[in-house]
Amino acid sequence: MSGVAVVDLGCGNVGSVGIALERFGLAAAITADPAAIAAADRVILPGVGAAGYAMEQVRARGLHETLRGLVRPVLGICLGMQLLFEASEEDGAPGLGLIPGRVRRLAPAPGRPVPHMGWSRLAMAAPVLGLVDGDYVYFAHSFAADPGGSTLAAADYGRTVPAVVRHRNFIGAQFHPERSGEAGARFLRAFLAA
Amino acid sequence: MPARRIIPCLDVRDGRVVKGIRFRDHRDVGDIVEHALRYREEGADELVFYDISASSEGRGLDLEWVRRVARVIDIPFAVAGGIRSRDQAAACLEAGADKVSINSPALERPALIDSLARDFGSQCVVLGVDSFAEGGGYRVKQYTGSPESTRDSGRSTLDWVREAVERGAGEIVLNCMRRDGVRGGYDLLHTRAVVEAVPVPVVASGGAGAPAHFRDAFVETGASGALAATVFHDRLIPIPELKEYLARCGIEIRR
Repeated sequence: MSGVAVVDLGCGNVGSVGIALERFGLAAAITADPAAIAAADRVILPGVGAAGYAMEQVRARGLHETLRGLVRPVLGICLGMQLLFEASEEDGAPGLGLIPGRVRRLAPAPGRPVPHMGWSRLAMAAPVLGLVDGDYVYFAHSFAADPGGSTLAAADYGRTVPAVVRHRNFIGAQFHPERSGEAGARFLRAFLAA
Repeated sequence: MPARRIIPCLDVRDGRVVKGIRFRDHRDVGDIVEHALRYREEGADELVFYDISASSEGRGLDLEWVRRVARVIDIPFAVAGGIRSRDQAAACLEAGADKVSINSPALERPALIDSLARDFGSQCVVLGVDSFAEGGGYRVKQYTGSPESTRDSGRSTLDWVREAVERGAGEIVLNCMRRDGVRGGYDLLHTRAVVEAVPVPVVASGGAGAPAHFRDAFVETGASGALAATVFHDRLIPIPELKEYLARCGIEIRR
């Protein structure tokens, strides 16, 4: 098989992502089949939910080694991005270990409620995957990765929140491109064409 | 804080958009997908769809329109009304909704909040609160779908929002009932008290009638978003002009 595979962990909001791809005229396969995922040209790991539960689902579906072994472009969205890192403070869950660094809980402060929910402005040194400095994209999360060498674009939320990360063929978006209007559409198109 | 959110709320009955004044006298104002697209084009940051038939008539939510909306819009939206169980919430999210908003069922069975937060994450779980000024304090009202069914829940608003957030609610939509549909402005004191009581985002609701009311909600209360229905439906306040005005007031707005 080829085309786009959206990994179905039984907990992610696979509805939104699949439908966003349909808007581009792409029929994605929503699947948990290791062979189909390994054969796809592009793999999207979506996610809402909790890290511990999501990693359990990865293992229960026999996807741990499949995901780690992917060589074509992979996009993790929101929790799906956090799973690409080494570990998360959420549930003390280990991650897939594909991107160096850890995921930590955001600390609420006056004027900065958690979850970080809404449209935040992106800052980046150079355009990345269709996004430009100053684009607003939609976030909804309580945990965030540590900034590091993989960070290509970030939002400011009392600390630097990596918004787009990339290490080898593994790309992560902390925001929801499928719900980020025109900027999100540019990003998804660029990923599909990457 | 991210850009402050402007959130049109659409009441839905049998897949059509309706609007009432003070929770009653609903009239049909059009097709749901047309409205969703119009608001998206105008620059709404998020949408809330409230299924009044599902809630007041005790039916489950109609997923068909959730799917239709999810297919056409590329901004986040929440679905409210008639979500009573973990499985109903799962079906809504599966149909493409980004968040589910629960109100009376959470008052009946607060553990519903824990269950949704555990399975889907707090960022998906919105608590809707209908709050009513009474005797110098604020009380939570329940079953507000119609005036006949509305009753006191026996809870104070501040106690309830604190409990709900401890249980995992990731956002509060605070609807101040005396203000709903009368366009006299948001209840700033009450909204501020709720913002200060909980660490999660609070969306002000009820009473918007002029651009300055939105400014006040953001500047005076620290609300993350402001929700309104009438002024947007009736085009009394065009969203692009509202956003321009708020930006001129120095408020961060997505444009």
